[in-house]
Amino acid sequence: MNALGNQMFDKLSKELDFPFKRTGSLVVCFSIDEIEILNRLLKQGEENGIEGLRIINKDELKKMEPNLSDDVAAALYAPTAGIVCPYEMTIALAENAVENGVEFKFNTLVMDVKKVSDGFEIKTSEGKIHTRMVINAAGIFADNINNMVSRNNIEIIPRKGEYCLFDKSLGGVISRTIFQIPTKMGKGVLVTPTVDGNLLIGPTALNILDKEDVTTTNEGLEYALNMGKRTLRELPMDKIISSFAGLRAHPVNNDFIIGEAEDAKGFINAAGIESPGLSAAPAIAKTIEDIVVNKIKPNIREDYNPIRKGIPKFREMSNEERENLIKNNPAFGKIVCRCEMITEGEVIDSIKRPLGASTLDGVKRRTRSGMGRCQGGFCTSRIVDILARELNIPITDVTKFGGESRLLTNKNKDGIE
Amino acid sequence: MMEVDVLVIGGGPAGLAAALSVKEEGINNILIIEREDKLGGILNQCIHNGFGLHIFKEELTGPEYAQRFIDRIEENKIPYKLNTMVININKEKIVTAVNSVDGVLEIKAKSIILAMGCRERPRGAINIPGSRCAGIYSAGTAQKFVNIKGYMPGKEVVILGSGDIGLIMARRMTLEGAKVKCVIELMPYSTGLKRNIVQCLDDFNIPLKFSHTVVNIKGKERLQGVTIAKVDENRKPIIGTEEFIPCDTLLLSVGLIPENELTKCAGIKLSKVTSGPEVNESMETEADGIFACGNVLHVHDLVDYVTMESIKAGKSAAEYIKGSRIKNKKAIVVNAQCGVRYTVPQYINPENVKDNIDIRFRVSNLYRDSYICVYFDERLEIKIKKRILTPGEMETVTIRKDVFSKYPQCKNITIKVEGDLNG
Amino acid sequence: MDKRELICIGCPLGCSLEVDIEHNNVVKVSGNQCKRGIDYAMKECTNPTRIITTTLEVIGGKDEMVAVKTDKDIPKDKIFDCIRVLKNIKVKAPIKIGEIIYKNILNTGANIVATSNVYVYGDS
Repeated sequence: MNALGNQMFDKLSKELDFPFKRTGSLVVCFSIDEIEILNRLLKQGEENGIEGLRIINKDELKKMEPNLSDDVAAALYAPTAGIVCPYEMTIALAENAVENGVEFKFNTLVMDVKKVSDGFEIKTSEGKIHTRMVINAAGIFADNINNMVSRNNIEIIPRKGEYCLFDKSLGGVISRTIFQIPTKMGKGVLVTPTVDGNLLIGPTALNILDKEDVTTTNEGLEYALNMGKRTLRELPMDKIISSFAGLRAHPVNNDFIIGEAEDAKGFINAAGIESPGLSAAPAIAKTIEDIVVNKIKPNIREDYNPIRKGIPKFREMSNEERENLIKNNPAFGKIVCRCEMITEGEVIDSIKRPLGASTLDGVKRRTRSGMGRCQGGFCTSRIVDILARELNIPITDVTKFGGESRLLTNKNKDGIE
Repeated sequence: MMEVDVLVIGGGPAGLAAALSVKEEGINNILIIEREDKLGGILNQCIHNGFGLHIFKEELTGPEYAQRFIDRIEENKIPYKLNTMVININKEKIVTAVNSVDGVLEIKAKSIILAMGCRERPRGAINIPGSRCAGIYSAGTAQKFVNIKGYMPGKEVVILGSGDIGLIMARRMTLEGAKVKCVIELMPYSTGLKRNIVQCLDDFNIPLKFSHTVVNIKGKERLQGVTIAKVDENRKPIIGTEEFIPCDTLLLSVGLIPENELTKCAGIKLSKVTSGPEVNESMETEADGIFACGNVLHVHDLVDYVTMESIKAGKSAAEYIKGSRIKNKKAIVVNAQCGVRYTVPQYINPENVKDNIDIRFRVSNLYRDSYICVYFDERLEIKIKKRILTPGEMETVTIRKDVFSKYPQCKNITIKVEGDLNG
Repeated sequence: MDKRELICIGCPLGCSLEVDIEHNNVVKVSGNQCKRGIDYAMKECTNPTRIITTTLEVIGGKDEMVAVKTDKDIPKDKIFDCIRVLKNIKVKAPIKIGEIIYKNILNTGANIVATSNVYVYGDS
């Protein structure tokens, strides 16, 4: 799935206009004894159909990645590996789905899934939904959903991964994704450039109990940084601009759970998709598509549009392109996020487009405003203003990410009795 | 392509004073570029008093101080562009800027004055673990919300860092109806001005906890509280000293960083200590004809000093245009040693010193009853007794021009903090 | 005789003052670098006062808020009373620096004056 998915990224990223770069990856080892393990990984990779794999000796490695630690002994090189912006890719997919008629229901909790004669009845916090088929892509909650309808119970363990993000001035320290030799907890802490030019270190891997716990911890961040220090010659701590954590959906049986539930025909799982789930995602989707098409046998849609156009990226344009953009819409001449060079035009577009942003984080993930070295210090108040204006809501109703995550509580002196 | 004699990047206190000083020297082809919608820079949101005692001999608020310069900019008809952001400077001193009206502008400048100011260190820079919920702001962001927008970022506040903006915001939030529970400082001393501790914290009985830090942030959507802990002498949290403080807002006042991305574009190296460019007595950077002043150079506590420094930068830029400045490659190097973290300027060409020169610097620790000593090569020339020296307050030594003539061969000036040598 | 240690807030230099007090009278101030230090010590030991700065809502202005201050220092214990008086005051644009917004607040003799210019919305 990983190898298959990887090959699909070039086309997908072009059609959906999200950044993807084939930068290559290196699995490094720190002693001559471990080269044996690299050889084993090489064989395994070749069996899986990954092309161009080879072992790189220390001298060549120094030329490829001069900032790697002197302790690195050798590496397994995979030239086809790539990097992608995970949220931009997801948003691109979702926007394209909307364009093609998919309806999204947010803030809707699935409470029960019942098999009925002609399909399923889904009980949600916002009412009942009747459907012929269900695709369960509920991430770390996929077990809860599956177990509502199937007796073949599955169990997903939330596995926390913590990351540290570094300033763009470190983006060029390495040009490929650097792994260490994988452990039984996964592929370990990697050091990688991001598509936007930052340096990213992580993730840690810790099984936890709370499926909503995305807090970072002192131990986790320290561990990630220590592993990063092992890979790199130098790691300036004063260049960290942010840290965060996420949960991978680790299936107890250690393998992706993809396919129709035996005792609930029409209920299709895409569960336990832990790493390398993102690379595999397009291939998993194809597998599921085949199942659905086989079952429902729908007509091919003539008007299906595989193309999605992203928000214009002022920061990546030539001055000529910028000039034209501003002429057509002066809002693109007003830079609101100075660190990432994001214009008001981009922020407005992110709010106005299909499935548009309605929160500060929504704007951030679509435009990168607030993701730079000042972490929103200067642009937060401007984005809050634009959100309130474009959504026509009071400024005190603007949230960071929905719910009760309000950014401003009241007017000045309201608290004075 | 537009051509100017002196381009000033930044319309805050540094840029305004520098532009006026260029004009006073008889240079008329000046342009100020400002990214905000008005001149004045960060002073516009610093509505508290305490500005201008050195320059105007009276105590003004930030906007009043700024307005005095803005009025003179208008009187002198110095051109400026608002809502305009410089996105590049190249080595030929061609500046690229963007705004809604002109689109992409290219300006060829004979001389450039960098006056872009500084930014606040974010949470990531100190890597506080915990939730990424709403309610965590840098103190300056909160200041903008409260003072410019009129909205409060929260009701119950903990402030991390005793930098001046944090202290000022403790008082502002209190006066606007919030409860400030405490200010937490990692170091055993304050990084802000003493008078701000008195009038912003003591006046309102807000506790200041030294040698403490925030070790965890709790809250799913909005902040619910922070865990603080005492730290040891290596600034590591001491297990068992944790204390949970319920609050809906955490303000960070953990330091300022000169904003020098454009400086780097121009190929100018930055000092590892100040994060700003190194300059000589004329405020000129290593790049010919590019000057720097204000917080882009090093972070100041007093705007008055920014103004003085900027007047000098403006004057030097004008002299550069007129060709009346003496160029010398054998500048004296100013070294910071023994408790002195850095100096500005870092180089001095004595020929360009008019009557005297101020060397500004910060110390790296708290010192009591000690001396600031200035050495010309090996010879101790100046020794000033100081009852107290703290990293939070910038120090100045003034060297008279005639001292330089005593040491015509001098290669190094060294500034040190020394203990009570003579008992 | 009592000794009190103060930090002068007269200017950002923040001189450490030592004040000798006899029968509620300041008899000696040391550590100050200028006359402000003496004035401050006298007041702080007898009738402490402060300048108050805050913002008020603007009607019809380019800016949402106008910055204001008391044009002289007021007794420290009247700070919150002063804020309470200002709580619901809104000011119509245009506003010029120095303009009196509120006269003789709480009979302190201090006026609330604008410290920022606010132009009318739509004007350039």
